Amino acid sequence: MLEITTAHYTILSAALFSIGVIGVLVRRNIIIIFMAIELMLNAVNINLVAHAEQLQNLIGQVFVVFVIAVAAAEAAVGLGILLAFYRNKETVNIDEMNVMRW
Amino acid sequence: MAEALAFYTLSILILGLGVAVITTPKTVHSVVFLVLNFLCVAALYVVLQAEFLAVIQILVYAGGIVVLYLFVVMLVNLKRQPEEHQDPRRLAKVGLVLSGAVLVELAAIVVYSYGREPSSVSAPSPAFPVQGNIEELGWLLYTDYLIPFEVASVLLLVAMVGAIILARREL
Repeated sequence: MLEITTAHYTILSAALFSIGVIGVLVRRNIIIIFMAIELMLNAVNINLVAHAEQLQNLIGQVFVVFVIAVAAAEAAVGLGILLAFYRNKETVNIDEMNVMRW
Repeated sequence: MAEALAFYTLSILILGLGVAVITTPKTVHSVVFLVLNFLCVAALYVVLQAEFLAVIQILVYAGGIVVLYLFVVMLVNLKRQPEEHQDPRRLAKVGLVLSGAVLVELAAIVVYSYGREPSSVSAPSPAFPVQGNIEELGWLLYTDYLIPFEVASVLLLVAMVGAIILARREL
């Protein structure tokens, strides 16, 4: 219990990832959905860093750098799309974002 | 002992703030909880001896991405709350059940993989001509992972151009 192993970090990561999944599936505000996606990316990063520490190998940390770069790109483009959509439809509710459904 | 204390404190903070992010009705409060969550994750990186990533986490996530979110929350002037309009075809309960299934699946993977014999396959990093976390990470990025590093920079450039074009007034 007092000795922290990699399994502890993996369980924390799984719980945080599930919180992100709940946010994406249940909430309707698209800004909060974006934030839930960031939570999921953070969960993956915790996993990578924990295993990098377990294996005494830095490659996991290199991948975290790339994940952070992709997350930054995703946030910039996603929020740009969101702003363009809001200018046209005056809403951030994903239930009303169905113009391209059919 | 110190690591256990730090781990449990930070875990409770990370999970509690994560729940707060997705349950708070006001979007601005949600962004504030997200900043605190990122700072706790950065502290967890320090516990895991990844100091460079902790600094990058604070600079990029808590400093850059969250400011972007705050800008968007301020720009999007909500006249009515987004949760008011409800699509009758939307099944939020099913979403909750599905995320519970994801949690069970992840827990099963963790229990399965740690219940087996611990694999002795461990590839320690090759000897670096430099010392320290930041120096070794930089060495790896500029030798073995040079091409992915450059591809990531091109990706960031494309994302920047795309975001500017999308945010122009006339599309």
